[in-house]
Amino acid sequence: MSRVDGAPLLLDVRDLSIDFSTHDQGAMHAVENVSFMLREGEVLGVVGESGCGKTTAMLGILRLLPVTGRIVSGEILFGGRDLLALSESEMADVRWKDIAMIFQGAMNALNPVHRVGDQIAEAYVQHASKADRASADERVCRLLDMVGISRNRKNQYPHQYSGGMRQRAMIAMALACTPQVVIADEPTTALDVMVQAQILELLKSLCDSIGVAIIVVTHDLGVVAEVCDSVLVMYGGIAAEYADVDTLFNAAQHPYTRLLLDAFPDLTRPKDRLTSIPGYPPRLNALPPGCRFAPRCPAAFDRCHVEQPGLSQLGRFHSASCFLVEPK
Amino acid sequence: MSATPILQVQDLCKWFLVKKSRLGRTPQLFVHAVDGVSFELGRGDVLALVGESGCGKSTLALTLMGLEAPTTGSIVFEGRNIARLKRQELKAMRLHMQMIFQDPYESLNPLMNIGDIVAEPLVVHRLARTKAERLERVRRALEGAGLKPADVYVHRRPHELSGGQRQRVVIAGALVLEPTVLLADEPVSMLDVSIRADILNLLGELRESRGISVLFITHDLATAGYFADRVAVMYLGRIVEIGPIHEVVDAPAHPYAQALLSVIPVPNPRQRRQHIILQGDPPNPIDLPQGCRFRPRCPVAFDRCAQVDPPLVTVGDGHAAACLRVA
Repeated sequence: MSRVDGAPLLLDVRDLSIDFSTHDQGAMHAVENVSFMLREGEVLGVVGESGCGKTTAMLGILRLLPVTGRIVSGEILFGGRDLLALSESEMADVRWKDIAMIFQGAMNALNPVHRVGDQIAEAYVQHASKADRASADERVCRLLDMVGISRNRKNQYPHQYSGGMRQRAMIAMALACTPQVVIADEPTTALDVMVQAQILELLKSLCDSIGVAIIVVTHDLGVVAEVCDSVLVMYGGIAAEYADVDTLFNAAQHPYTRLLLDAFPDLTRPKDRLTSIPGYPPRLNALPPGCRFAPRCPAAFDRCHVEQPGLSQLGRFHSASCFLVEPK
Repeated sequence: MSATPILQVQDLCKWFLVKKSRLGRTPQLFVHAVDGVSFELGRGDVLALVGESGCGKSTLALTLMGLEAPTTGSIVFEGRNIARLKRQELKAMRLHMQMIFQDPYESLNPLMNIGDIVAEPLVVHRLARTKAERLERVRRALEGAGLKPADVYVHRRPHELSGGQRQRVVIAGALVLEPTVLLADEPVSMLDVSIRADILNLLGELRESRGISVLFITHDLATAGYFADRVAVMYLGRIVEIGPIHEVVDAPAHPYAQALLSVIPVPNPRQRRQHIILQGDPPNPIDLPQGCRFRPRCPVAFDRCAQVDPPLVTVGDGHAAACLRVA
């Protein structure tokens, strides 16, 4: 690995599996045996199509799953502690102070009748110690500086902000208690390319300046190539491939990753036709018996349809779950 | 491009009145959504219209469809100025120009089955009087949109289909009238990357097989690059650069086009490029800046930009840009 090689390990997720219980179809495996690591200052991209378990895995880390969701196995080690072993009140301390999350579409969920500055202050006051609360106003000003919003706009309401500014305000809110990890779920999805570039630049600069580690959940490989150090490709709830960004884009091994890369438009190497991946991602209530990608995979053979491949280690920082790359 | 373009737009303006003058004492205020747009669309051509939200792309499309009356300027479609058409004539004109909207989840009536959704335009335009004829045309449209065999889909409802299939239904609804021009407003932005290519390739095939011209409205230049012949970059209601797609992509002349191209993510970390990131947001389209409308955000603006509103000048074969630097 490149930029953050050797940086202290912050988050170590091992074999995380999450089920959803249903009233008539038993348990659905939304996330199965997903492992990844996050170092200080690292930007990890989690990519995949809609419904592949990206967001569920992230909610699992914060133990914010909906009532039907349950973490069935795995460990989430943060600073040496297993988050799954913490009591609910200890976990409440971890949320926001240690690990903050910017939810998908959160910029549209700002309360329209409260000033933006007050909403950021609320996040701070909720989690800060009593002594710090008096300084909330000063803290809000510094947060706004950090994300590039002028201080004199802190008393404005969300409708007076543009989309990009609302997303900046959400980032400020996530940073309110100086967390070590920020999980950003589709942070640029509804934004224009120019605003997207502004937000991505901001996220990158935050990693450099305050050393925060960021997990970016996205379906946009371009975003991953621009900002991430490492990438986890998810498919149907499993980790299809996990690698540093250079390896993933230049030496991907899993057929799904390769197809995904081919389906992504690239201005610098226009081809006659974009390729698409035939078929649809599996439904959780009808998972194929073998490899989850087998029904859509051009390289699938008999074994793929009956047996699920495990994760094979391909390099110090590269793994993929596919029989084709399994060491013999 | 053939000699006579199918669609010719000349100095088109669409302003929306936001504040009336009070006894002549206060000025009238307008949103200059489309403000002097000129372009041509050739038969079988694909023109991509690119720009940020609020630059007037969608208003332009609605005006072209005759759903908004132009403030000034002309839209000549197959030799007739549609700005002067009466209601009935407009309706007849729309037989030949159809629009595909962005969101296939919201543009299909959940209570209707696919066959009825696709047949609705035929009913509205009183074509295909017999049931059998209608069904035949619906089948042809569905198969033309890649939903084969059509009989499987006719009796289904939208919730039974995936996003990609729904967008094909939307396209079939446009095709059933056998139009000559399609206005596609962000047709793939709501779809997963893995199926976007299918829809784009479908539009490409329709152009090949039926000679349909497409105006492809998008904010995504990278996608446009795969399938458009030409691209027009819009900023604050005006086209600031227009030309053959590869020329514009390889050598953008307008500073806005240069910035827009520089921030498009390239899916290769070895090609992380220097971005020209424009700060802030586009100015208010009610109160446009003096001179060049891009001046307040332009990294290379100079004195004269504040005085002169630059016209489009030719910079290459069929390639023009509106910037004093290239004039």
